[in-house]
Amino acid sequence: MTTDVSSENTEQTEEELQDDQQGYKILVVDDEPDLEPLVRQRMRREIRSGRYSFVFAHNGVEALRELEEDDDIDMVLSDINMPQMDGLTLLQEIPKAKPNVRSVIISAYGDMQNIRTAMNRGAFDFITKPVDFDDLRVTIDRTLRHIQELRDALSVRDRLVAIQNELDVAKNMQQSILPTVFPSGAGYSVYGTMRPARNIGGDFFDLMRLQFDRIGLVVADVSDKGVAAGLFMMSSRTLLKGAAVGKGHPGEVLTEVNSLLVEDNETGMFVTVLYSVFDPRSGRLTYASGGENPPVLVRADGSSEELPLTQGIVLGVAPDYEYMENSVNLEPGDSVIFVTDGVTEAMNEDQEPMGIQRVRDHFAQSPPKDPESTALAVIDVIKEFAGPAAQHDDITCLVLRRDD
Amino acid sequence: MLKVDAERDQVTVVAKTEGRIDSGSAQEFQAALEKVIQPEDKALIIDFENVSYISSAGMRVILLTAKTLQRQGGQLALCSLTEPIREVFKISGFDNIIAIHETRAEAAAAISK
Repeated sequence: MTTDVSSENTEQTEEELQDDQQGYKILVVDDEPDLEPLVRQRMRREIRSGRYSFVFAHNGVEALRELEEDDDIDMVLSDINMPQMDGLTLLQEIPKAKPNVRSVIISAYGDMQNIRTAMNRGAFDFITKPVDFDDLRVTIDRTLRHIQELRDALSVRDRLVAIQNELDVAKNMQQSILPTVFPSGAGYSVYGTMRPARNIGGDFFDLMRLQFDRIGLVVADVSDKGVAAGLFMMSSRTLLKGAAVGKGHPGEVLTEVNSLLVEDNETGMFVTVLYSVFDPRSGRLTYASGGENPPVLVRADGSSEELPLTQGIVLGVAPDYEYMENSVNLEPGDSVIFVTDGVTEAMNEDQEPMGIQRVRDHFAQSPPKDPESTALAVIDVIKEFAGPAAQHDDITCLVLRRDD
Repeated sequence: MLKVDAERDQVTVVAKTEGRIDSGSAQEFQAALEKVIQPEDKALIIDFENVSYISSAGMRVILLTAKTLQRQGGQLALCSLTEPIREVFKISGFDNIIAIHETRAEAAAAISK
């Protein structure tokens, strides 16, 4: 496999996992000999601190042997094409040997077919070649957080099976998939926040680095609560990521993810999604809606408009539905605010929904600056409107700003 | 408080619903509809005139109800939605797959066609 050695940038990804004192063991499976020294070099800080340790195997057969012999392995990171036993076959074998181990696949860029097969066979996530080590770190941390949640959940379930616990499990899953590192400086900057309601959890957002320096942005809301909804959320997120990497157009991405979610969906669960792609070179934002609220474009002077929706239906219910897309040009200094209905339907004590106008009014008075302060200002507007009323739905706000 | 009252004639069942259909009452709503629908029913109209709010958990019940009716060769229609609720169906795209009518009479007429 080929590997990116250009960006040595370990500073920004020291994450919350640090407070987990115990280390995690990761089995790396690849037939190319150059990955092992590279991983050891680029991950030396994590290795030295005892946060990760690595073992290596060169094909699926060796990997299974390693898993048999070593009970401490938490996670597998595997290439797909290897002699003796390939990565996709290995994926099928891992749950039989070690059901609690999670796998991440290394695939060629845009190789949707293998990515999809890997996901169907239970891969938790994937990264693409050439391997970007910052991206790898984030992916490993997310996977390990997920493993930790599962473990905690299992130990809780052993003791007590109660609805509240189920909700907690789902909520933790929800938190574990959110991005914690926000890109800036490449022509744009982004910030997102999700504030869960006490009992209902369905929102998530995601960011995906795409080809040609573009970035994909997801805001989504799963229809229900509990563990089943949490799992539906996980697969929605992963399928979106897979489709986003494989396909260029937001409309195509939603069409693909919808058709995958519709298959075997007897539960009636669905997910509302707004997916957009920003190209910092042209300043063009292209987006497709699957039942989500319209994004709000706020110009540098504070004037704003709701971007027209694309009439898409929520994902997971309508087979063969074809999603449309719109696009808009962002000028330097423009911000786009993506929200879920937890924002527009935030209630005050008289049970009145807030709508989006108050947010627009706020920015008309004080135009947005950086995405973080913009997103936090939206949260403040909601708090001011809701007063002492309880938050009844998750609140998600993701902000993209084109650099001045 | 959520309330569901059923009225039936030869062709259709009307479930007049009142209150908020949110994640707190969605299960109740689903149970009430399941009780109303008989295996031989071919048409259900849910009257939304007095529904003040519907969340995505409520939309899911609508969807499952539509599937149930479809399986038994019937159809679901909604009527008398208030403007905010009409908007929820529009944004979510549900108005593409669920029949929505202005009045109960229009819904009944569309079904008997």
